[in-house]
Amino acid sequence: MTKFEIRGLRADVLIGEDERREILKGVDLTINSGETHAIMGPNGSGKSTLAYAIAGHPRYEITEGEVLLDGENILDMSVDERARAGVFLAMQYPVEVPGVSMSNFLRSSVTAVRGEAPKLRQFSKELQGAMKDLSIDSDFAARGVNEGFSGGEKKRHEILQLELLKPKIAILDETDSGLDVDALKVVSEGVNRAKENNDLGVMLITHYTRILNYVKPDHVHVFANGRIAESGGSELADTLEAEGYERFVKAGA
Amino acid sequence: MTGPSIEPKAHSHGLGDIPFSKLATHGSFDVNDFPVPNGREEEWRFTPLRRLKGLHDGTAAADGTDKIDIDAPEGVTVETVGRDDARLGTAGTPADRVIAQAYSSFEQATVVTVARGTALERPVTINREAQGGTRYDQFVIDVQPLAEAVVVLDQTGTGVRAGSVDVHVGEGARLTLVSLQDWDRDAVDVTQHNTQVDKDATFKSIVVTLGGDLVRLSPKVAYKGRGGNAELHGLYFTGDDQHHEHRSLIDHNVSNTRSRVEYKGALSGKGAHGVWIGDVIIGEGTTGTDSYEHNRNLQLTDDTRVDSVPNLEIFTGEVEGAGHAAASGRLDDIHLFYLRSRGIPEDEARRLVIRGYFLELINRIPVEGLAEEIMAKVERKLAAHE
Repeated sequence: MTKFEIRGLRADVLIGEDERREILKGVDLTINSGETHAIMGPNGSGKSTLAYAIAGHPRYEITEGEVLLDGENILDMSVDERARAGVFLAMQYPVEVPGVSMSNFLRSSVTAVRGEAPKLRQFSKELQGAMKDLSIDSDFAARGVNEGFSGGEKKRHEILQLELLKPKIAILDETDSGLDVDALKVVSEGVNRAKENNDLGVMLITHYTRILNYVKPDHVHVFANGRIAESGGSELADTLEAEGYERFVKAGA
Repeated sequence: MTGPSIEPKAHSHGLGDIPFSKLATHGSFDVNDFPVPNGREEEWRFTPLRRLKGLHDGTAAADGTDKIDIDAPEGVTVETVGRDDARLGTAGTPADRVIAQAYSSFEQATVVTVARGTALERPVTINREAQGGTRYDQFVIDVQPLAEAVVVLDQTGTGVRAGSVDVHVGEGARLTLVSLQDWDRDAVDVTQHNTQVDKDATFKSIVVTLGGDLVRLSPKVAYKGRGGNAELHGLYFTGDDQHHEHRSLIDHNVSNTRSRVEYKGALSGKGAHGVWIGDVIIGEGTTGTDSYEHNRNLQLTDDTRVDSVPNLEIFTGEVEGAGHAAASGRLDDIHLFYLRSRGIPEDEARRLVIRGYFLELINRIPVEGLAEEIMAKVERKLAAHE
């Protein structure tokens, strides 16, 4: 049983040498393992900043608050320590790292997170199985990390990593954007497998309700102007689908 | 960083000036035709002359020895010849005083000939271990028409070395020349590669510079027939107080020739200095030239210095392609963030990214085991700088 708590989190985006802007203005949220929390909100409300700030992206700086994983503040940890502690971020725009093969990257990553190198044969079997589940062609293992992948291929590989790394908490940042229905199903099934197998806690950031038909949220939060503006059950998503975000955009303006 | 100079020639119609290239230095075999450089000359302005140990001003006495072992498969002739051999100096002229000094001073030369039509079953390996002192050398690699060869010049050891490598790639022949500058930390090496690429021949040069105190390597290519293709790839890892300078010149003096120049470096530590000069001339009256050159530098620490200067001179309007690019920067922190966000510790993430940066280039080395060996050396050097 894992408890993931975001308390009074404020963060700036670093724009230039002397330029910064506050994006997160006091975020409070608790996610227990096994729970799925959908974070919905208009573009520019700070949803992605929340994801990146938690992961430790260098363009963001946390100015106040804490993020506790079972009582331990992960903000005191380096980026890679946070990942090894069990926090995973599936990025909206996964990064291309030329020349580093996917298989080499995945093996390094799994070795680091599990604390020991998996046996080569065993790992290659595990990898092949996980790739097959996500309908990823086995040729991708030899290609550079995300290099020349389509948007959909990148998203599948984010979920592949989610399944291999078995984190306690996964933050999925617009994993559904840019996917056609078939790809959305495949990716959602991957998320649901990870939930089942590892009692995963999920923070599902999305702009649209479409993915919520496949990955069922226990809680829905509306994110606006850098904080959670309203929380509810899955019925809140239906309201948002019908009414849009207009009410929240206005409220903050 | 200095910008490129692009100087299209004005149409002369028989009245104007004769086209003049600033890049095509005519050179001389005689050291006395060159004044002693003072460091302000265009061709010397990046080179720390005081670290040349007398190569440039005639004070270096030729007192050094090399241990040379050549492994050559069937179809290859290896000869040691004297100054009067007619094959010496036939691929190009010394372009600066040090190279001319070497040509004026050498006593013996090594000539490697790959017989016409022979496809070598394994590479020719020239293991050259410098055993101190100063030495001037000449190498000739003659790949005769329709032959196919890979030649590895693996240079290690210590000393002060200057000379030329003259290369002929005959009609329809293919040569990959791998030149490793894996010298001891205190060595000095000033070398010019002259390559003549004949009709429909393909020349690939892979230069790997890791060692030495000062390495200044000038690969020069000219063409003897249409359809000639030259690809020059370079990799350097420049550490504390090392000076690595690469000066390529591609002279598209014949129509329908192709060239690619790609040099990639990593620099780490105080006083590390990388210089890349990429000269390309597209000659008067030629058509169908296809040329591109590219230099990238990864500055792993802030106390390194890079000078990257592409020069393109075009004397014709009939070019198929001509371009260049140069970029220097630090390790991309977003690349590192991505790898680290998957649990990979920072030092390992750096290693993966740097390995990836060099991988494509290193994979061009068509010698079993050598690519891995070079990558391992790069990683050892990287580890020493962490």
